[in-house]
Amino acid sequence: MSDFSEFSERDWPSHPKYIDEGYKSTTFRGPTKPLIPLQQTLSEVTGPVYGQDSVSALDSDLTMNGRKNGEPLGERMIVTGKVLDEFGRPVPNTLVEIWQANSAGRYVDLMDKHDAPLDPNFYGGGRAVTDSDGNYRFKTIRPGAYPWGNHPNAWRPAHIHFSLFGAGIASRLVTQMYFPGDPLIPLDPIAQATPSVDRLVAGFSLDVTEPEYALGYVFDIVLRGPKQTPMED
Amino acid sequence: MASDEKKLPQTPSQTVGPFFSYGLASEQYGFSELSSIAGREIAEEDEPGEHIKLVGIIYDGQGAPVSDALVEVWQADSQGRFAHPTDGRQKNTPFTGFGRCGTRTDPKNRFTFATVKPGAVGDGEAPHINLIIFMRGLLSHAYTRVYFSDEETANAADPVLQSVPADRRDTLIATREESSAGVVYRFDIHMQGDQETVFFDV
Repeated sequence: MSDFSEFSERDWPSHPKYIDEGYKSTTFRGPTKPLIPLQQTLSEVTGPVYGQDSVSALDSDLTMNGRKNGEPLGERMIVTGKVLDEFGRPVPNTLVEIWQANSAGRYVDLMDKHDAPLDPNFYGGGRAVTDSDGNYRFKTIRPGAYPWGNHPNAWRPAHIHFSLFGAGIASRLVTQMYFPGDPLIPLDPIAQATPSVDRLVAGFSLDVTEPEYALGYVFDIVLRGPKQTPMED
Repeated sequence: MASDEKKLPQTPSQTVGPFFSYGLASEQYGFSELSSIAGREIAEEDEPGEHIKLVGIIYDGQGAPVSDALVEVWQADSQGRFAHPTDGRQKNTPFTGFGRCGTRTDPKNRFTFATVKPGAVGDGEAPHINLIIFMRGLLSHAYTRVYFSDEETANAADPVLQSVPADRRDTLIATREESSAGVVYRFDIHMQGDQETVFFDV
């Protein structure tokens, strides 16, 4: 067996609590007993490995990967960013999966009953693998806001769901990216259950924006990482 | 060598929400636009080891099965080796040890994985499968471990299992059931209540 470096701890003050009064679904779903501390073993510092060969170019282009008979409707956008660990090291070759509603605020998931149109040319799911500097890049359509049943007249702010692994299951993260200036963020119980929710708001970038084509947004992501730099063989 | 000093705050976790099916488990839910990176079949037929099914239901705090959860499996192969570079032992099979299953496609909202029983990873460790649970209403994912009811001796020596208060250890033991259909380990998960499953601060 190899020696390994433990990963930095889950930074609980950065994450929402399991039970949140405002977000009603947490009431009967969040664990109520204290978590049991676990001394990390090889189980936690390893995780599934997906490299560049796990994705095709189309996987990261959501303006293309759902087309049936034309272009998807809505505002084209680029979302790009760097995946880093808490020590500032880029996380290369890690899988980034995203899923989102279409421009009308409707998901292709069959359980989404919101009375807004599906777009036959937009699927809303994709994935990318970070490059050697930890960068990822997607092309997509800006998602719309949509109503949900948490409380009367509740609307989720526009968001894109992100799922990442990092180097081991200890660095697993599922999160959501929001948009700057969205007036729904201060009204959203999920966003408001989150300490430092501003870290989940992407930045608009004119540098990333492609002239005559698509607006650009930057969303960097910080994962847990090994406490010591792995030794080079 | 980089400094081991923390420089950046972790990105906060958010719930997976109710509509992850086509993004994270597309093939299981019948979508063809995007292939799945992992599913319920973790072990191929010729993978060495004892082939098993891991089956369970996730119950919420009111005792209702959760129909919109996602369960991920991470496990070693039958010889206790992880398909990961940090595990320096060479593997010679395509077994990745990673699986994913959503709970909506089964009429009883069960999750089911077809896999092999893992071997013990290190000296003194009992065989176990690592689970990660996601669902609407769960703002941070929950980690738990599946141990096996027929590994009493190894379980009694496992440092992680022994660190759990004795009256809660049973929540981490999957029950072995043998039939003509094969070996099934049953592992139900209770998010809350008297039977609340042990979740770890990994």
